Amino acid sequence: MGSSCGRVCWKWGSPLRRLPGFSRLLSTAALAPQICVVGSGPAGFYTAQHLLKHHRLARVDIYEKLPVPFGLVRFGVAPDHPEVKNVINTFTQTAHSDRCAYYGNVTIGKDVMVKELQRAYHAVVLSYGAEDNRILGIPGENLSGVYSARAFVGWYNGLPENRDLKPDLSSETAVVLGQGNVALDVARVLLSPLDILRKTDITEGSLAAIACSKVKRVWLVGRRGPLQVAFTIKELREMINLPGTRPLLDPADFTGLGDVIKDIPRPRKRLTELMIKSAREKPGEKEAALWASATKEWGLKFQRSPLEVLPATDGKQARGIRMAVTRLEGSGESARAVPTGEVEELECGLILSSIGYRSLPLDSSIPFDPKLGIIPNSLGRVQGAPGLYCSGWVKRGPTGVIITTMNDSFDTAQSVLEDLQTGVLNLSNSKEGFKSVRSILHSRGVHPVTFSDWEKIDAAEVARGKLAGKPREKIVDPQEMLQLISH
Amino acid sequence: MAAPVAAGGGTVTRRLLLGAAGGLRLRPARGFRTAGGLQVEDETCTAEPAGDVVNVVFIDRSGRRIPVQGRVGEDVLRLAQRHDIELEGACEASLACSTCHVYVSQELLDKLPVPDEREEDMLDLAPQLQENSRLGCQIILTKELEGAEFTLPKITRNFYVDGHVPKPH
Repeated sequence: MGSSCGRVCWKWGSPLRRLPGFSRLLSTAALAPQICVVGSGPAGFYTAQHLLKHHRLARVDIYEKLPVPFGLVRFGVAPDHPEVKNVINTFTQTAHSDRCAYYGNVTIGKDVMVKELQRAYHAVVLSYGAEDNRILGIPGENLSGVYSARAFVGWYNGLPENRDLKPDLSSETAVVLGQGNVALDVARVLLSPLDILRKTDITEGSLAAIACSKVKRVWLVGRRGPLQVAFTIKELREMINLPGTRPLLDPADFTGLGDVIKDIPRPRKRLTELMIKSAREKPGEKEAALWASATKEWGLKFQRSPLEVLPATDGKQARGIRMAVTRLEGSGESARAVPTGEVEELECGLILSSIGYRSLPLDSSIPFDPKLGIIPNSLGRVQGAPGLYCSGWVKRGPTGVIITTMNDSFDTAQSVLEDLQTGVLNLSNSKEGFKSVRSILHSRGVHPVTFSDWEKIDAAEVARGKLAGKPREKIVDPQEMLQLISH
Repeated sequence: MAAPVAAGGGTVTRRLLLGAAGGLRLRPARGFRTAGGLQVEDETCTAEPAGDVVNVVFIDRSGRRIPVQGRVGEDVLRLAQRHDIELEGACEASLACSTCHVYVSQELLDKLPVPDEREEDMLDLAPQLQENSRLGCQIILTKELEGAEFTLPKITRNFYVDGHVPKPH
């Protein structure tokens, strides 16, 4: 991924600059596309990687509002899933390319506006993901003890804005609304043996809180049925095998499903088969022994739609949740949950809503569809905004795993490359790239954090972690991060 | 097959502790650094591993046939990356992603050992899953795989817009 022509021109430029005709050689260097990416999570980095690999001259600058990079790989992936985080090595390689630069601690839409980026770069790619969550929209949602799963995940993963969450873990029963991988993650973190958690990169503060947790039972509640669960098989298997816990699956929920799934696509079939097996089959000797000695439990409740969070007598704390019993209309992925009129209540003091992340508009100048929560685009080209592109969750919506975002980001990069080749992006308009952004930031008192600054923070986290037998001890205070690199 | 144990090195300790939380990895990670005695290589190392030559063909995402020489014992992901073929390995052969998804020729499918349940679980998440889908990091070259063909799924529209031609061998 090294640069070729541009660098050679620079290297020989000085002494030869005075020769006539040489200015033509130098102008080749001006044809290097200047591209910037907003967001340093998987979408941002995979988009950058693809651009750098398939264009020999392009320069890509990656902006990030936090001092530290990597987005959900750092702040979303569960602490006990370190292998998923290996992708950081791929991203680090990209950041080390001499045509790539990382600028953290820069908030687009505040420190510098998108229009200013568009003046400085030939193409701007928006890859800033989904920082908010969908709300339930039910009474009692704001009672103490009710949190979004997004905030809870941010809390145990050291996302600075969630560090003071102080979730109330004093009740025995927790209800997670939603049946996706995030729901399983929060259930697993709530119920995992401390011996496992303490060796991960979970934050010190959240580990201490979880060590005092009284939560023994977690229900994952979904509006629809087993055939509509959004979690995937690896995570379900992990939950079923979680040491110290037993699954509570009602065999009645799975009656007759064996026949229904005979001809459906393999992923849904295998997932459903695993649930049916766990619910209906007698456990093996080893499993039975483990479950008998389990002190914690988790289960799935289907066809229950939240109506109201019920307050305790003080009127401030959550004490339970009232839910509508639903029936399904239609089948498969498009099945709809319709209330039957029946209602059920579940006693609990901790409610985590895990019903989806949500993107926000970055800057009033960028088109945004508030209903879908995405930037309107076609193949990653922002509609009605030449030179503007998007990739990742802000382009497609907040679902999918690493491969989904990777493919999507490569696809957006393809659109940029096509536009460079066909002249839709006009390279004869020379752009200054970071040079002009630097002066804007300087005039506003903003100090970007470079990748080698991040590497200092990284080294400090790893060193602190080593003392505690963890891969790293995350720094959760952005001021502390900035002090460490003497900003 | 357990990953070899090495003392020291924070990264290695973390990986081996997977046993408790997520199951043991099947082989040592590629391209990570450790202070311990585990044999590693960094991401840019293109040295050929030892072992008998196995000739295989990659069909890249734009349909180009690229014959390469692998070595017995090498995994297909590493082989591809050694030859600059665009196969990603986000989780570095930990069975935690499906980015190294390839299609194998039908006759080949029968020569390969049956996939581990954990590989099947990750394949379930691969876009454009087919009967002959496998994860490249789990295919270990043997002499029996001489002449095998590995096709990369078409994940985006028209590749190589810049006319880049990967080096054939």
